[in-house]
Amino acid sequence: MKRTTWFGVATFCAVTVAFATSHGAARAGDNEKGKALYESRCTSCHSLDHSRIGPAHRGVFGRRVAQAGGFDYSPALRRSHIVWDAKTLDRWLTNPERLIPGQKMGYSVSDPQDRADIIAFLESAEAR
Amino acid sequence: MIKSSRSSTVSRRGVLFMGGVTLSGAAVALLAERPALAAKHAGGQSAQKDAAVINTALALEYEGINAYTLGAQSNLLDKSTLAVAVKFQDDHKAHRDRLLAVLQTLGATPVKEKSLAEYAEELEVGKLKTQADVLNFAAGLERGAVNAYLGIIPSFADHALAKLSGQLAADETVHFAILNNALGRPLPAAFAFGV
Repeated sequence: MKRTTWFGVATFCAVTVAFATSHGAARAGDNEKGKALYESRCTSCHSLDHSRIGPAHRGVFGRRVAQAGGFDYSPALRRSHIVWDAKTLDRWLTNPERLIPGQKMGYSVSDPQDRADIIAFLESAEAR
Repeated sequence: MIKSSRSSTVSRRGVLFMGGVTLSGAAVALLAERPALAAKHAGGQSAQKDAAVINTALALEYEGINAYTLGAQSNLLDKSTLAVAVKFQDDHKAHRDRLLAVLQTLGATPVKEKSLAEYAEELEVGKLKTQADVLNFAAGLERGAVNAYLGIIPSFADHALAKLSGQLAADETVHFAILNNALGRPLPAAFAFGV
């Protein structure tokens, strides 16, 4: 009887995780892998501390859109009230134009785990 | 023998009257060489989105040109390395000119180049102390440019611009490979870029 109960709990958890993952809940990201991915894919336009071709990223997690200093944001981003968290960053990296039509970034990250890793790295880069 | 892959699927007359758009002589000449681009010119929103991405590429090229100027002015490069850096910078200037021409064709306002001092601060070039530092810095920028140009290919509505982005990526890959070799590093693995 006890075995049956544990089986039921495990099945419920597995189904819940599968459902959550398929509905955009945050995956666990690896900070170190995210750092490597950030350096190879994002640093052509971004850096943590300087707005360049794209805005600076330090402290982006938990911040409202279009708040990095020294960057000329598109009107679409300036109008947005989105706050960057795991879910919104995942949607942004999946398809920026779908999340905020009229934005300027033409780059996306197709692999969910890569996105999770990059987001974990961004979350670790806290504001000074 | 090198063959041209150009095709003329849109006639000059068709370009002239598409969507009632009036074009300058220079724009007509440019569009006549790029049928797909001409087709999108009348597309409005698609052309605007493509122009925004091309403007990002232009900003990337401006940064590259200035990065090589800063590297050259560092006095950290030996004569032969400096000659290669100047050649790479010339490539980036050619990229800039092509991107500016595309933006003009699309009727978009090009992003402005920043001052050399601004690039120096943003790129933290004060940290470069040796020739190897400069080469590593340049290799990082080139690798980033390869990934950026490959990464934006799917976002273009106009296939001619996607092809242009591929051409830019190829040039940057050459730069990266040479810098990587100069640093004595192993050759990159297959599929090392754009993943």
